[in-house]
Amino acid sequence: MGAKTINVGYLARVEGEAALKVVVRDGVVRSAELNIFEPPRFFEALLRGRDFTEMPDITARICGICPVAYQMSAVQAMESMLGVTVDGPLRELRRLLYCGEWIGSHSLHIYMLHAPDFLGYASAIDMAEDHGDAVRRGLELKRAGNEIMSLLGGREIHPVNVRVGGFYRTPRKRDLEGLGEKLKWARDAALKTLEWVAEFDFPDAARDYVFVALKDPDRYPLAEGRIASSQGLDITPSQYHEHFEEYHLERTTALRSRIRDGGAYLLGPLARYNLNFERLSPLAQEKAREVGLGPACTNPYRSIMVRAVEVLYACDEALRIIEAYEEPDQPAVPVEPRAGIGFGATEAPRGLLYHRYRLDAGGTIAEAQIVPPTSQNQACIEEDLTQFIGGSLDLPEDALRHRCEQTVRNYDPCISCATHFLRLELDQG
Amino acid sequence: MSASTRKPRLAVWKFASCDGCQLSLLDCETELLAIAGAVDIAYFPEAMRGEIRGRYDLSLVEGSITTAHDATRIQDIRQRSDRLVTIGACATAGGIQALRNFADVREYAAIVYARPDYIKTLATSTAIADHVPVDFELRGCPINKRQLVEVISAFLVGRRPAISPQSVCMECKLKGNVCVMVAHGTPCLGPVTHAGCNAICPSYDRGCYGCYGPMETPNAPSLSKWLAALGMDDVALERVYRTFNADAPSFRKESERHGR
Repeated sequence: MGAKTINVGYLARVEGEAALKVVVRDGVVRSAELNIFEPPRFFEALLRGRDFTEMPDITARICGICPVAYQMSAVQAMESMLGVTVDGPLRELRRLLYCGEWIGSHSLHIYMLHAPDFLGYASAIDMAEDHGDAVRRGLELKRAGNEIMSLLGGREIHPVNVRVGGFYRTPRKRDLEGLGEKLKWARDAALKTLEWVAEFDFPDAARDYVFVALKDPDRYPLAEGRIASSQGLDITPSQYHEHFEEYHLERTTALRSRIRDGGAYLLGPLARYNLNFERLSPLAQEKAREVGLGPACTNPYRSIMVRAVEVLYACDEALRIIEAYEEPDQPAVPVEPRAGIGFGATEAPRGLLYHRYRLDAGGTIAEAQIVPPTSQNQACIEEDLTQFIGGSLDLPEDALRHRCEQTVRNYDPCISCATHFLRLELDQG
Repeated sequence: MSASTRKPRLAVWKFASCDGCQLSLLDCETELLAIAGAVDIAYFPEAMRGEIRGRYDLSLVEGSITTAHDATRIQDIRQRSDRLVTIGACATAGGIQALRNFADVREYAAIVYARPDYIKTLATSTAIADHVPVDFELRGCPINKRQLVEVISAFLVGRRPAISPQSVCMECKLKGNVCVMVAHGTPCLGPVTHAGCNAICPSYDRGCYGCYGPMETPNAPSLSKWLAALGMDDVALERVYRTFNADAPSFRKESERHGR
C-alpha cells in the first residue's frame, strides 16, 4: 500500500474556518496538520487604548458562540486587579448566566454539529427527517440555555448586562422563578440526551492525555478556580505564564500553546470531567455512572457523552441557583481604575479561557493577551489524528475523510476564537 | 424538477466575523425546521457538510473583507447569487476589526503575532457593499433573529423586508422605558442608533452603545453636545462612536471630530 493524502478542504460544522492535512506513508500516519485560515482580527491590538469598562462588551465579539466566557474572563481579570470582590447573589447570577451558555453551546454541538457524525448525516436538518423528535428536543434544550442568557443578559448573543463589578440590572426573584419550569423540563431533556448519545457507536480509542482545567474547591468549575492538571499542576491564573507558552507556525493564523518544557495538553469537557468528577451534582454523577461513564474517561469520541453530562449538571446547577436566589441590594460593586496587571481564567464550553491585561492609572488598556481554548487544543487534535486515523486507512476515501472530521469535532473547535481554524488534505504520496 | 417548482436555494457565507450572526439562524429554534422546509439550504458550512454548487436565490453574507482572497471570493458569490443580503455589523460596516482602519495594520500584526511575516491581511476591514452591490443590509452586532426571519420570508415572496430605519429611541418609547439619559444622566447612543434590538440596553438600565450602527439620518454632532454636558471628554466621545460600527460613515466622521 502506497502513500495517501487526506484533504478536508473546508471543515464543516465547526464555528469558523480551518483545513486539515494528513500525510500517510506506507500505511502509517506520519503527520497531521490542522490549519486555521480564519482571517485575523487583531483583538489584542485593537484593545489597546480602550477603557477597562469596555472589555466585557468588546471581547465578547471574539466569539458569537461563547461570548459569556469572554465576558467572565475579562471581568475576573479587571476585578482581581482592582481589588474588587463580587460575591453573594451577584456571583451566583454570573454562574447562572454561564450555565445558560454551557447549555446553549453544548446542545448546539451535541445535536447540530456532532451527532450527525455518529448517525451518518450531513447535517442536523437532514438528520431531522429520521430523528425528528431528537432534533426538536435538542433545539428546545438549546432554547432553554438561550432563555437564561436572554433573561440575565438581555440577549443570547453578545449579552449587554455584564459589567466590571457585577451587572447593570439584576433580575427580580419572580423573573427567575419563571425560568424554573422550563429548566425542570430541560433537566429531563438533558437526561434523555445523555441516554440517547450513550447508544452511539464509539470508536475504540484512548490516550494518556495531559488534562488541564480549573478546579474550584467545592463546585464543578465554571467562572472561577485554580488552574490544575492531571500531572499535579495547581496554580493561580496569575502563574499561567510560568507554565504555558504560545508559539506561531507559518501554516496557520492561530497561535498555538504548549506546556513549558512539555507538550500538548487537552482542555474542555473531558479535562474538566476527569479532574472534577466528584464535584458534579449527585444527580449528574449518578446518571453518568448509569450510562457507563466512570470518574475517568480517556476516549475523546465519548466527549459527546461528557458534554451531555455537563448539560445535565448545568440545568441542575441553574435550578439550584434560582431556588436559592435572593435579590441583591445593588446590581454592581463600585470600581475605581488604577494601574496594574490582572488575570482571568474561566471555563468556556470548549475549555480554559485565559485573559491578561495591563492597565494604566486612568484605566486605559496598555496590553491585552487572550488565549482561547481552541488554540490551546490544536496540538492535541493533531496528535489524536496521528494516533487514531491509522486504523481507519482502509476505509473508502469519503468515510476516512469523515472519520478525520469527526475526530476534530470531538473538540467542538471554535475557530473564530482560535484565530489568533478546516480543509482536509490526505497525502498518501 | 422544473425551475418553477423547485425550492429556493439559500446559502450562508462567512468572512471575518465571530460567527454570531449566522448562529442567529440556528438560534431560530422554533422556526429553523420550517425555514429548512421552505428552502434548500445549499451552503451553510457552520451547520452542514457538503455544498450544492451553482446559483443561489438568496445569499446571506456575514463578516467583513480583510484579505485579498476574500475580496475575490465575494465577487464570485455575488455573481452566483440572485439576491445578496449582508447580516450584521461586520458585513455592513466592517465590524470591530475595522478599528485597524484608524491604525497601522503592520503594528497590529506585530502586537499579536510572534511572526507577523506569516500573516497575510489587507490594511483595512471593509463592508461587503464596498466591494459588490448589496440588495439589503440587516444591521446589528449581533442581528436580531426575528428580523432575520422577516428578511428571509420577505425575499422568498419577493417583497422588501419590513425593517424600520428609525432610531433606538422610537423602540424605547414604544416599550414604555424611562429615558436613561433624561432621567438618570446616563450617556446613551439611542438617538443616533439604528433600531432593531428592541432597546435592550436602556431596558437593562444602561445606555445604548450603538451596536446596530447609525440610523438613517443621525444627528451625531448634536448628541455629542449632550454627551459632553454629561461629562464625556473628547477621548470618551471618540471611543463611544468607534466600536462595532466604527467605519460606518456617520460614526466615523463623528469620532474623527473628537479624536485623531
